[in-house]
Amino acid sequence: MNWDWSAVDAFLPRLADGLLVTAQALALSALLAFGLGLVWAVAQRSGPALVRGPVAVFTEFIRNTPLLVQLFFLYYVLPEWGLTLSAMVTGVVGLGLHYSTYTAEVYRAGIEGVPRGQWEAATALSLSRGRTWGVVILPQAIRRVAPALGNYVIAMLKDTPMLFVVGVMEMLGEARQFSSETFLTVEAVTVVGIAFILLSCPASFLMRTLERRLAR
Amino acid sequence: MPADTANAYTDTDAGGRAQGRATVGTGTTADELIRFDRVTKRFGSNTVLDSLDFRVFPKKHVTLIGPSGSGKTTILRLLMTLLKPDEGTITVDGTPLSHEERNGKLVPAGEKHVREVRKNMGMVFQQFNLFPHMSVLRNITEAPVQVLGMSRDEAAERALELLDMVGLKDRSDTYPGRLSGGQQQRVAIARALAMRPKVLLLDEVTSALDPELVAGVLDLLRDIARTTDITMLCVTHEMSFARDISDCVMMFDEGKVIEFGHPEKMFGDPEQERTREFLSAVL
Repeated sequence: MNWDWSAVDAFLPRLADGLLVTAQALALSALLAFGLGLVWAVAQRSGPALVRGPVAVFTEFIRNTPLLVQLFFLYYVLPEWGLTLSAMVTGVVGLGLHYSTYTAEVYRAGIEGVPRGQWEAATALSLSRGRTWGVVILPQAIRRVAPALGNYVIAMLKDTPMLFVVGVMEMLGEARQFSSETFLTVEAVTVVGIAFILLSCPASFLMRTLERRLAR
Repeated sequence: MPADTANAYTDTDAGGRAQGRATVGTGTTADELIRFDRVTKRFGSNTVLDSLDFRVFPKKHVTLIGPSGSGKTTILRLLMTLLKPDEGTITVDGTPLSHEERNGKLVPAGEKHVREVRKNMGMVFQQFNLFPHMSVLRNITEAPVQVLGMSRDEAAERALELLDMVGLKDRSDTYPGRLSGGQQQRVAIARALAMRPKVLLLDEVTSALDPELVAGVLDLLRDIARTTDITMLCVTHEMSFARDISDCVMMFDEGKVIEFGHPEKMFGDPEQERTREFLSAVL
């Protein structure tokens, strides 16, 4: 096997493009996962029965089917029904929706961890349901589970290469394209692997530090 | 104290059945602040309150005593709508908690109706239940701003007055976790009073405190009882405190009021054997 440093040089600008796309996809899908996950968790805890059931079925369904299948579904099946999404939108929706079912579980644990006395105090002060959730329960619940949510961002980062299957030109996509043009596969894929290590290691370290600080 | 504040009172219910009803204060039905009509509460097969009747007129201080499990705390929790009765009606200041009139028809109370009635009451808990992620000041101002629609400035000004009263004016920016149990409970009292409730519900407010911190909190409550018009319903094991502040002491056993009256009589010469036994065990 030959290692060609000039190939690394040639690939780096492409990697930078891919990194930007990875970062965008990750940021947007993480926002979606955090937002939707919260909606699922609150709906399951205090929504009407008519909402709770469907939400439970839907999240269970998403959690138990592979992300890859969901991405294919969004990209190739939805257009059959007249809904065509761009590659990036498909990736963000797919990844965000998939992980929202996991963040929902994290929020649920956080919400259950808030002592019952906090709900009772909010009731005794006549706070509305919205204010009780917004200013009393969720700030405490989310603080508790922030590290767990952070860990899912790292997991999402490592799943971003899957978006390549629907044509999102993130880092792995750039590597595949580069190697199909130059036949220099080893260098490009290795560089992408190293890039992931360089991103996720500090991120994991950051989460552990956060966890320790919040645990105090 | 006037002889009428705690009297055996017999009235007739809708079915024409004469019944003894624990009554604190005097006045007409329209003046009643709290009224329990045959309220029953069960937890599983355990009947905690058994067809309980009592009424309290404004400005009275009532202490509920009795062995643990006799339903005292349940009464406060029912009033605060933290629990729902299985049977019977609870009325606060003339408004029933369980139902409301809508378009001339009686319907089960909606969330809005319940919140409206709740505003009459404030509650202080055994475990304080302060919001740990809010400063002391914010703990006190949050509900007046959100629920009563006070401006932040007005609420803060009032909160500082209350903090001054409870002796913690200099701790307004502190977080509850940095306060002692006694200090936390004073903040909780200030928080409840900030809503200007007509009724203050005190649920074993000194039970979770270190012994040396109990006196300070009780002194504060004595002051409040003496200097304000607020009606108090108090569950406590502090009998000397109960004797000091109460217009009426109600003795509970097995979900019923078995005896009630002025503290002098209740502590000095109770009629019921069960009351005597209980008091000799706790005094």
